[in-house]
Amino acid sequence: MKLLFGKWTAIAKESIDRAAIVAKFLCLLHVTNTYIFSPTLVYGPSMLPTLNLTGDVVLSEYVSHRLGKVGPGDVVLIQSPENPRKMITKRVVAMEGEVVSFLVDPSRSDRSRTVVVPKGHVWIQGDNIYASNDSRNFGPIPYGLIQGKVWCRVWPIDGFGSL
Amino acid sequence: MKGRRLFTYSGGSVISNSEFIWMGMPNTIMKMFNKSIVFGLVGITVTDRYAGVCPIRGSSMSPTFNPSLESFTDDYVFLEKFCLDKYKFSHGDVVIFSDPTNYKERCVKRIVAMEGDYVSNVNGAVKVPEGHCWVEGDNSAFSSDSRTYGPIPLGLIRGRVTHVIWPPQRMKKVDRRIPQEGFAF
Repeated sequence: MKLLFGKWTAIAKESIDRAAIVAKFLCLLHVTNTYIFSPTLVYGPSMLPTLNLTGDVVLSEYVSHRLGKVGPGDVVLIQSPENPRKMITKRVVAMEGEVVSFLVDPSRSDRSRTVVVPKGHVWIQGDNIYASNDSRNFGPIPYGLIQGKVWCRVWPIDGFGSL
Repeated sequence: MKGRRLFTYSGGSVISNSEFIWMGMPNTIMKMFNKSIVFGLVGITVTDRYAGVCPIRGSSMSPTFNPSLESFTDDYVFLEKFCLDKYKFSHGDVVIFSDPTNYKERCVKRIVAMEGDYVSNVNGAVKVPEGHCWVEGDNSAFSSDSRTYGPIPLGLIRGRVTHVIWPPQRMKKVDRRIPQEGFAF
């Protein structure tokens, strides 16, 4: 009886040790994916021709936006202001205080508008202005919604390299 | 007991007490370093995903937090981050979010209206758009909130406050309630 109990405690101890290793690894994975860099799958027509319609795997880094180093021309990952559970990829066109002139709906008319970006906000647009739901529709977004900056593409192989 | 023999290795010489401790030092330092890194990683993961503690500064949420200006310490609150999984918030939740006018700062306010609600503001009735919420501080006179910068996207929210945990005489659960004036309809 005592021997059986001893065996069970040994098994329990070993399984706890193994579970602890897995938990530590998952924590390391979380910290790397949130604060350093991670691969991301992006798809959709709004960033053609820079990013493909059917999906690209890009490496995105999460350091620049925390240091305030995101600027115009960067492709960024942001949390959609219309649905916080969705992440979208767009290009930063203007920072706070700058004036943006844009075509409101280029497939329908030539009308353009000019807007000043308020403090703490950024203006984002997709490269494919004909098929992009961006700041022209929902207005400038707060900088705090930026989650990361796209660094380079890793898949497909023939598109390898920085964007 | 002078010259206690602690450790002998091949060669026959004796290592004294103090030399033995010095030999073990880098090993202990490595172990401590390892442990602190693991502790840091686990701590960061738990604070990001599950729960955290945060101090409250300012009086925009009086009397719920920091009720008097003469208290010695700020209130510390316990926040939970399980709500960030599905972003299901309700009226009356006290939330901490990144300030839309300055991403480095964080604010704590109460959600007064959710998407689809109409809020009566000085400029008339404003409809809260999809994916946004309207936040106001409990202390209306001293609070810069959605009445200043408009509805905020739900993506800015970093956690929901559930309890006050410091100072000890004010430890309590933070209730969901709608403030009396300026209610949403």
